[in-house]
Amino acid sequence: MIRTLEPIIRKQPFFQGLEDRHIAFVASCARNSRFEEGQVIFREGEAANEFYLIREGLVSIEAIVPHKGSMTVQTAGANEMLGWSWLFPPYRWRFQARTQKATRVLAFDGKCLRDKCEEDHDLGYELLKRFSRVITERLEATRVQLLDMYGTNP
Amino acid sequence: MAQTLDHDGTSGAALDPRLPAPHRIARVRDETGDSFTLEIEPMSGAGRFSFLPGQFNMLYVFGVGEVPISISGDPLAQEPLQHTTRAVGAVTKAMRRLKRGDTIGIRGPFGAHWPIADIEGRDVVIVAGGVGLAPLRPALCQLLANREKYRRIVLVYGARAPEDILFRSELERWRDKFDLEVYITVDRASADWRGNVGVVSTLIAHAPFDPSNATAFVCGPEVMMRFAVMELHTRGVPADRTYLYMERNMKCAIGFCGHCQYGPFFICKDGPIFRFDRIEAIFGKAEI
Amino acid sequence: MTAKPLHVDDQVVVDCQHLAQLFESLKKHGYQVIGPTIRDGAILNDTLNSPEDLPSGWTDEQDAGEYRLAPCKDEAPSSYVSGGRVYFTISALARRKGEALFGYAVGPQSWKKYLHPAVSRLWSATSANRNDAGFQVETEKEETPRYAFIGVRSCDLHAIAAQDRIFMGGRFVNPVYKSRRENLFIVAINCGRAGGTCFCASMNTGPKATSGYDIALTEILKDDQHYFLADIGTTLGAGIMGEIPHRPAGKIDTENAGHVMAETARQMGRTMDTKGIKELLYRNHDHPRWDNVASRCLTCANCTMVCPTCFCTTVEDVTDLTGEHAERWRKWDSCFTMDFSYINGGSVRASARSRYRQWMTHKLASWIDQFGGSGCVGCGRCITWCPVGIDITEEVRAIRETETTRVATGLKKKKAI
Repeated sequence: MIRTLEPIIRKQPFFQGLEDRHIAFVASCARNSRFEEGQVIFREGEAANEFYLIREGLVSIEAIVPHKGSMTVQTAGANEMLGWSWLFPPYRWRFQARTQKATRVLAFDGKCLRDKCEEDHDLGYELLKRFSRVITERLEATRVQLLDMYGTNP
Repeated sequence: MAQTLDHDGTSGAALDPRLPAPHRIARVRDETGDSFTLEIEPMSGAGRFSFLPGQFNMLYVFGVGEVPISISGDPLAQEPLQHTTRAVGAVTKAMRRLKRGDTIGIRGPFGAHWPIADIEGRDVVIVAGGVGLAPLRPALCQLLANREKYRRIVLVYGARAPEDILFRSELERWRDKFDLEVYITVDRASADWRGNVGVVSTLIAHAPFDPSNATAFVCGPEVMMRFAVMELHTRGVPADRTYLYMERNMKCAIGFCGHCQYGPFFICKDGPIFRFDRIEAIFGKAEI
Repeated sequence: MTAKPLHVDDQVVVDCQHLAQLFESLKKHGYQVIGPTIRDGAILNDTLNSPEDLPSGWTDEQDAGEYRLAPCKDEAPSSYVSGGRVYFTISALARRKGEALFGYAVGPQSWKKYLHPAVSRLWSATSANRNDAGFQVETEKEETPRYAFIGVRSCDLHAIAAQDRIFMGGRFVNPVYKSRRENLFIVAINCGRAGGTCFCASMNTGPKATSGYDIALTEILKDDQHYFLADIGTTLGAGIMGEIPHRPAGKIDTENAGHVMAETARQMGRTMDTKGIKELLYRNHDHPRWDNVASRCLTCANCTMVCPTCFCTTVEDVTDLTGEHAERWRKWDSCFTMDFSYINGGSVRASARSRYRQWMTHKLASWIDQFGGSGCVGCGRCITWCPVGIDITEEVRAIRETETTRVATGLKKKKAI
């Protein structure tokens, strides 16, 4: 199983430029996973020890709002990363992730990678570099969403 | 580029572009939120109003005022002239209250058009935000009428919320009937929304088109166009294959009043559609 | 009166006492003669009956934010020597004998109010009934006035040419402007002295009128003589001049005129360095000088009102109380107003900084891309009539001299101010 995931991971734009030994390690923490339509991938408050690279499908990132139910704040689709709460204490999910349709992902053992990054700072730096990019892109997108550019008083 | 004002009820001569020509309202249709569509017919005996996709008219409501509204209809179809806009000011609110049989004045068509003739054989990426889909609709109609001339046609459309998606059923029909890929996203979802939530630029990043061959038409609020253009550029669509639809205050639409100036350009006669490399130096500059 | 017919580029001399016949001839041909006259403490343009209405013996003193009239007096040097020749200043000459009819510079009004009226009705419309079953639009059937402008300075000739390009040189033609323009007769005057705020020489728009006139006059006062050297610009001008007593110009006359022009050019107190000015202003969109001028500019729009090339207008749709009759009026507008750039709930140019920058950049830079030449003719009106004395030549100089340059390290280094 580990061997067959290395080539898949190597091809992912997210992992471009990683050294072979790092790819090997990342692959050793990875597994294929699939979710049905409407399935919850992780819930708000749960322990965040995994993260996901979506290979196919669509995932809603939701906030639970009392008397409104779950409100989707953003969606993530193919080739997008899902989940960064595994990076920082308290390692708990702040939002809920639920699939809109059948979704295939690569799931990564976040705890395992965290521990390895403490030992191997090179790997840590490379992963954090890539994750910061994801986080800043989502932040920029969120800011633009907040601008409410199509609003009634533009 | 040249457009002829060739519709006249009587002599066929070009009309004085300063004078509104009376037309009849055939129908006023509510779209989403505060947006609505006017269906307009010529006075009896007059010929069909001809225009190029992307052009606009100055619409005059008797005794109230006049505003520029882009034409949202199919340039090739035998149908009433259509304009889609939002009821946000005195004139557009008055326009929305018009009824079948009422008169509306038209001056036009004015402005540069989407360069449909120049993009045969290419991928076409249409990026729309909010009511910006309205001036792009004529381009979509014309592209789909000659579908075989183009490679992939992709529509990337961002709206505020699901209930604000313009021409929603038509987009779904087109998606099924033609080879048109439609990606819609909303800034904020409702409880029952199934689909993307997030900004248009994220959709552009993942849309399936070939940047080395694609031409992009972009229309929406200026801030949305800024982010869209950044993302198109990141994907490798160059400035000389990206077209934007700019908007400024307009009074005369014939290059005399000076209001629509954008840097050295008059939006009414040099635009409103601009190839991006032409305006790149001033685009995004504050208060220009 | 010579019987020989006149042609374009001929030069003749008209004695001052015969100038009245020019007015009569023009009136006989159906022209309404418009020229400078004193009113409201300034020299304005109005209908003239005869040369008596001209501000003879008057001059103006202009500076940034200042304008006053004064009689021609002898504080200016009466003569000076240059290149072995003796030159006489016009004010001194005026004092000597007779009084100069055109011894002043331009006043607050330009000729645009006649060609591009400040207020005009574009059309009117009547609705069949209150519920708007249809409306009929009626065009304006205005009778085109036939104006003869007397005393058009070279700067203003260039300004008229600039407005010709705007209103007649593009795809759409302004019919009101065009018909007035086609019925216009221009008697230009070559300035006998530079006004306090003039800078036409550095804009290449004067002081000598070189084209765009039917007749161009240079006023000469020398010894006991008071006459005008007249250049014929068009066959129309030749025709009118043929009806007025004149004699062919001699070498002395052209020399006298040359002296006057040289002196005027020499007197100019201000200059505008136009080298690369378009690129200079385009690349200095964020220059701190704009904040500086914004702290002084009141956005009062005086400059746009007095500027002979400013052309912006707005339209106003009005209706009567019955709601059955509507009209559209066009009025002068200014890019300095908050409304000018209003879209979608706000103004694009909200700050005074952006509005001053828009005006100056348009006038000196964008205009070149739009119409093939500068929008500024160096008349100095905006400097004189700015209540706080903002000087467009000084603003350009400040930006040019204090442009920041990036050095290799990427830091910005300011040149010494």
